[in-house]
Amino acid sequence: MAFELKNWYLEKKQGDVILEYNGSITPEVIAEALESIEKSLNLKNEKNRVRKKVYNVFIESLQNLYHHVDYPPVSAQVEQSPRFGIIILSKDGTFYRISTGNFVKKEKLNYIKDRIDQVNSLSDEEVRMLYRDILNNDEYSDKGGGGLGMLDIVRKTGNKLEYYFYQFDDEYIFFSLDVYIS
Amino acid sequence: MYTLVNCIATSMETIIREGSPKTPFVRLDGEKGVVEIKGRSIPENSVEFYKPIIDWLEKFGDSPSDETNVNIQLEYFNTSSSKCILDIFKRLELIHKKGHPVEINWYYEEDDEDMFEAGEDYQSIINIPFKMIEMEE
Repeated sequence: MAFELKNWYLEKKQGDVILEYNGSITPEVIAEALESIEKSLNLKNEKNRVRKKVYNVFIESLQNLYHHVDYPPVSAQVEQSPRFGIIILSKDGTFYRISTGNFVKKEKLNYIKDRIDQVNSLSDEEVRMLYRDILNNDEYSDKGGGGLGMLDIVRKTGNKLEYYFYQFDDEYIFFSLDVYIS
Repeated sequence: MYTLVNCIATSMETIIREGSPKTPFVRLDGEKGVVEIKGRSIPENSVEFYKPIIDWLEKFGDSPSDETNVNIQLEYFNTSSSKCILDIFKRLELIHKKGHPVEINWYYEEDDEDMFEAGEDYQSIINIPFKMIEMEE
């Protein structure tokens, strides 16, 4: 069955949707999104610990998109804008879910998959040690983050990253990533 | 001559930057030997934001105060800031090693394990005494 963005949305919007955005991911959009989730009553009533984790992981997820996303395929029924990405934050039962979605060229699939599988394979202690190693390795990637983003998300949430790759067409894959905070 | 001396004496300017939704409040006071960073640090381009601070610290390292007090009180920060914060500590470590004591006060809110652990990360890399200070909510 062909990939339907509609169905993906339906799945990710289960629970109370706190924020939903699709379009160009710019520094201004990131600032506005943060301002908007700070007003969320769900989050205001949370313990400090959880609230800050959600803010932190939400920003990291958005900035991950900002640094990596590109134009969507022309045939996709979405806004044709540079740095196209989707983010949905919802509270589903006892946990918060941050879902991101974006189109990637097929040839990037293995790179992304290997990276996530590697991070997912580590124990909490290994995640902490690898984080410290990368933090101290003096290298900045051209994106500035130095490859700490995914690791930081796993460390803060204590949960594995859930990802799916949907075939969009011959050239593109839709990359879906979910992180859970509880 | 007076002008020149005066110029040297005040060459370590105090830098104060107000906080913004994505960047922290920063105070760098060379005369009192105080370095303060408070709030949140989540800019997309952290290197650009922190460069003037690193430059200032480099200059400060040439003639540091007898003691330097560093107060880091961050709400949260992104991974791109984390490397810049380490850079700041590395500059301070050089000053400390040269015999001008530096003390780092790392503040965290009482149930904020992430900020506590972040302090531990830096502590494990940097050879400067860290004081972990818990703040009540």
